[in-house]
Amino acid sequence: MVDNKQQWKAWLYLSPAIILLLVFTVWPIINTLRMAFLEGYGVQSEFGGATFEFGIGNFLKVIQYKGFIDCLVNTILLCVLTVPISTLLALLIAVALNSIKGLQKLLQTIFFLPYVTNSIAIGMVFAAMFNVIGNIGIENELIVSPGIVNNVLGIFGIEPISWINNGSEYWANIVVMVVYIVWNALPFKILVLLGGLQAINTQYYDAAKVDGTSRARVFTRITVPLLSPMLAYVIITGFIGGFKEYTSIVGIFGETMGPPHDSGRLDTMVRFIYEAIGRDQQGRASAAALILFVIIFIVTQLNMKFGKKSVHY
Amino acid sequence: MATNKENIVMHEKDMQKVSAQQKVVQVLVKAGVYAFLLLMALIVIFPFYWMLISSVKTMNEYQLTIPTFWPEYFDFVNYAEAFSAAGLGKLFMNTLYVGVVSTLLSLVITVLSAFAFARLEFKGKETLFGLMLATMMIPGELFTITNYQTVIMYLDWGNTFYALIIPFLVSVFYIYLLRQNFMQIPNELYLAAKVDGTSDIKYLWKVMIPLALPTLISITILKMMGAWNSYIWPKLVANDEDHQLITNGIRNAFTDASGVTDFPVQMAAVAIVSAPLFIVFIFLRKYIMAGVSRSGIKG
Repeated sequence: MVDNKQQWKAWLYLSPAIILLLVFTVWPIINTLRMAFLEGYGVQSEFGGATFEFGIGNFLKVIQYKGFIDCLVNTILLCVLTVPISTLLALLIAVALNSIKGLQKLLQTIFFLPYVTNSIAIGMVFAAMFNVIGNIGIENELIVSPGIVNNVLGIFGIEPISWINNGSEYWANIVVMVVYIVWNALPFKILVLLGGLQAINTQYYDAAKVDGTSRARVFTRITVPLLSPMLAYVIITGFIGGFKEYTSIVGIFGETMGPPHDSGRLDTMVRFIYEAIGRDQQGRASAAALILFVIIFIVTQLNMKFGKKSVHY
Repeated sequence: MATNKENIVMHEKDMQKVSAQQKVVQVLVKAGVYAFLLLMALIVIFPFYWMLISSVKTMNEYQLTIPTFWPEYFDFVNYAEAFSAAGLGKLFMNTLYVGVVSTLLSLVITVLSAFAFARLEFKGKETLFGLMLATMMIPGELFTITNYQTVIMYLDWGNTFYALIIPFLVSVFYIYLLRQNFMQIPNELYLAAKVDGTSDIKYLWKVMIPLALPTLISITILKMMGAWNSYIWPKLVANDEDHQLITNGIRNAFTDASGVTDFPVQMAAVAIVSAPLFIVFIFLRKYIMAGVSRSGIKG
């Protein structure tokens, strides 16, 4: 029984949300498809009276453009490095936290702190920690202050490395980004995994104890399988976040997206899209955004498929 | 109670089985676990510590080859300089304005929509809800391209607060979250209120909102954090002095034309910018962590 009064009331209450969604969500979906398949589309030129032919030129241009491949390589590299590292670390920390009583609340709070930060602002702190003051890596090298990270490495006898400065190498830049992204990704993953661990019925562990099962076996045979839905969740969201990486790089390197001598070295897919918007190449930006969407979609599906086989409920 | 007793009996049996050797292993494992956790906690917290002590150093002390882990003396001048150099006051006010207005409007829209989905019957309800959830799969970048055109070209909102607030008022995820929460409230309460002739709005205000308060607080905090952390969209549509938000304001404010950065002042600015989020976190930790674990997104 659906009475009429409830009908119009429901639509009235939903109207602000629906109107805004139509303008800022539904129309963009349609328009992105339209722009992506119009050759060389730009909104300014359309306003200027230009017309565009239908075609797949935008996609071809994006794929053939060398800069885009670099963006893709950077994005995938950061994803492939940060997601496993942060997931494994978060898992170890969560299991360790779950096994202790004293200090648990305090440590849990500390591990959550990186979440409540501004990723650009704290990126600047990491940049300062890796920054070398002076001239490093050139003739007449003069290091005024090698920075705290190099100071710590120096204790182990490692010579100062140019991490983010003029003349720094690609691998060093990537190491800095991986450290920062993992640091940033830990809180959410620990929170979710710890929540999952605390929901596991203690009977399983009691049973294992009675049987005298070893710790390693308890971990691989009880903890990880029962935690697999949460693990799948943090891995999927980790990959999605990784493919959209952008602001953390701005935090470390600034808008140049790379060390001073090689700006744009660490450009990512999202950065590519935003740059195209600014240059009135919305057709190209749309094509790139659709490619990003397809990649994220495929990775998510793969994760779910792989996950279904290994997720135990 | 019975299970408790069984547990105790079981544990006692266990204890008897544990030999002295096993006890030593247990202590060692426990020590290892604590050592690992404390080391990780130290790494996690170190950047904050470094930010704070660097922010009170003089540039000379900051540049020492062997750094000091405790400042020789505390130079709070950096904070004053950070405040004026980046115009932090104005940035704070802009960000606060955008955060508060968008949170309030967003809450109203979310509550009304969630109420309709949770309590009212109408044609196409399930379809509409399903479609809305489906949009959550699409990356935000895809919307931004068109929204930029809509806001700048069609609505002429370039360099206005409208551009920063209105496109993000509806969050399907928040509607979903609140609907789930509303559905847990027994429908009998609503029907009883109807019989008494209570209006929907009054019922919402007196019954549903108080019961769903934790979820609403979570949404409020996530939304405020969103304003505090947003960088890309404000940079595209409203980056003039009158509308600039805090994140955009601080990134390049402390590097002079020759590329030399005044790190202590920069660190002071970062500390000032981080402080409000930390204070909110300390008081509302429970709600933030509850909201975050369900959302998987920052802001």
